Amino acid sequence: MWTIDNLSVEVNGVLVLKGVNLTIAPGEIHAIMGPNGSGKSTLSHVLAGHPAYHVVGGHVDWAGEDFLALSPEARAEKGFFLAFQYPIEIPGVNNLYFLKTAFNHLRAVRGEQPLDAFDFLAFVRQKLALIGMDEKFLKRSLNEGFSGGEKKRNEILQMLVLEPQLAVLDEIDSGLDVDALQSIATGVNALRAANRSILMVTHYQRLLQHIEPDFVHILVNGRIVKSGTKALAEEVESHGYAALQGAS
Amino acid sequence: MADAKVAALLQKTYQHGFVTDIESDTFPPGLSEEVIRAISRIKKEPEFMLAWRLKAYRTWCDMAPPHWAKLRIAPIDYQQICYYSAPKDRKDAPKSLDEVDPKLLETYEKLGVPLHERARLAGVAVDAVFDSVSVATTFKDKLREAGVIFCPISEALQTYPELVEKYLGSVVPHSDNFFAALNAAVFSDGSFVYIPEGVRCPLELSTYFRINAANTGQFERTLIIADEGSYVSYLEGCTAPMRDENQLHAAVVELVALAGARIKYATVQNWYPGDEEGRGGIYNFVTKRGACRGARAHISWTQIETGSAITWKYPSVILQGEESVGEFYSVALTNHYQQADTGTKMIHIGKNTKSTIVSKGISAGFGQNTYRGLVRVAPSASGARNYTQCDSLLLGNRAGAHTFPYIEVGNASARAEHEATTSKIRDDQLFYCQQRGLPPEEAVTMIVNGFCKTVFNELPMEFAVEAQKLLAVSLEGAVG
Repeated sequence: MWTIDNLSVEVNGVLVLKGVNLTIAPGEIHAIMGPNGSGKSTLSHVLAGHPAYHVVGGHVDWAGEDFLALSPEARAEKGFFLAFQYPIEIPGVNNLYFLKTAFNHLRAVRGEQPLDAFDFLAFVRQKLALIGMDEKFLKRSLNEGFSGGEKKRNEILQMLVLEPQLAVLDEIDSGLDVDALQSIATGVNALRAANRSILMVTHYQRLLQHIEPDFVHILVNGRIVKSGTKALAEEVESHGYAALQGAS
Repeated sequence: MADAKVAALLQKTYQHGFVTDIESDTFPPGLSEEVIRAISRIKKEPEFMLAWRLKAYRTWCDMAPPHWAKLRIAPIDYQQICYYSAPKDRKDAPKSLDEVDPKLLETYEKLGVPLHERARLAGVAVDAVFDSVSVATTFKDKLREAGVIFCPISEALQTYPELVEKYLGSVVPHSDNFFAALNAAVFSDGSFVYIPEGVRCPLELSTYFRINAANTGQFERTLIIADEGSYVSYLEGCTAPMRDENQLHAAVVELVALAGARIKYATVQNWYPGDEEGRGGIYNFVTKRGACRGARAHISWTQIETGSAITWKYPSVILQGEESVGEFYSVALTNHYQQADTGTKMIHIGKNTKSTIVSKGISAGFGQNTYRGLVRVAPSASGARNYTQCDSLLLGNRAGAHTFPYIEVGNASARAEHEATTSKIRDDQLFYCQQRGLPPEEAVTMIVNGFCKTVFNELPMEFAVEAQKLLAVSLEGAVG
């Protein structure tokens, strides 16, 4: 169980999240929707432990542990994964090497033996096939010169390989054409599992047609103003966020 | 965040800082004609050698040490340096490894020099220079079969004096510069390689240098001659024990590639860099130059420079032969108070000559890293081409990166390109790696290795791995 309790966050001295409450049980997919500037990306970043985001109130509990006290890498070691809205380019670092290093690091943390190069490649190939990604991406430098869609696919590839317990997808649908969106959805849906929680942050309802959430929350001006099922997303789509603005 | 982390990753301990307790024959400090005569006498050198040394010494006496805008060098008292140091018992010089002092072997063991069977497995022939005398040279027999000569230069002076006389000083003259002149006067040993016409050297050749005795200068001299159509790949590695005072290392390397020959020369330099406050460390003032004497000759320099308090070296290529090729691939890392002023000179003389320069400088702590390069195209070099890429990576905000590229083009049909970048490890790059579970130190090492990749690709595989590990060690403590 993942519990976000009255979370308030400042960025550059501005209060962006003003008491967010959210509980996600294992096996559930939640979607957070909201207009620009509502605090969606702040929520993603603060959960991942980005140092520019300062928690000024509330806490986050994951399986009885104070999640916010952990370093970014410790969160990842415990099975947290953030699919970045803007994945970072690292020149000269081979994509496959990066994946393998991260993968084997997590195995070591769990006390498991590392996979060797051959077994790992075989494992990655299955994941590539799932999201229709060409093997040549493995040989390129991490995200360097990737198109927007390729970067997003690469995020999902990393998620499929690292198999997190808890994943946050930050606007994974932005800037994607229909085909790319479909393959990304295939990847995410493949990860649906009874022991895994997924939180999708999105601007558009379109994503939710491909990845069906169990719950939808509307984030406006730093607060969750309404929660419901998939029907809520459709309501937003037809009436806009403005109708919900004063609903808290 | 990156700055703070980087600042803490720069706490590194020097792994090769042990001193071997071996009795050695060391001259008292000081330099004079007498000392030079004594060195030459001990080495039983031919007449021409002594004459050349004395000529160099007299030239050196009239020279002043050079000054560089970006290097801070405490004055060096050349009368306080010992110019010869050799492990004792040279009367019965070791004929095989069994006869070598076990403590010496232990030293090599710690250094990871692959002597014994490990060398055979690795396919590396090692000529190990311990202070001033070559102790053990492996694989001579296998090389002799191929006609390759690989031996200490002191031995070559006795066995192949005509080859040495013909080429020694032909690329780096005795009067070339202050440190080259000093080296010519007092050099005690080094490696000599001759690859006969059309022969592809069957092994990677390798030399390890180590400065052990205190107050000792190391002045080795390497001469490699690749006859027409031959090929050789050569690697040198360097370490020194930790000492508070500075030690001088003034080596000279000369490469001669005749028509169609190819020489690949790689250096992994990990001399003691001094402590975190900048005390001690090696002054690494080295002259390295190659000459492509014939058509389609090819010389490439690859260097990984992570050690030394001060590094001053510009491995260069004189491109005389038509269509000859010169390459320079460099990674220089400075941490704490280390200073590096390094780069290359590509001198285009022949028609359609080509040169490539790729330089990666990494500065951390208070380290200062300078690329200084010259691309000169003579009027005779029509169709000459050069491509230069200089990238600097800064870790933290107290380190410095400087670039001084000189380009002189004397022929209108020549083409020279220069690209340069300076960047920092960005917070978001570190954060991205951390989000995938990597600790900051590992993330920094990975990003720095990525930055150096095009240079590492030029190293033989096993040394590329070593170089990556070396970078990781050199960056230890730069993050936290």
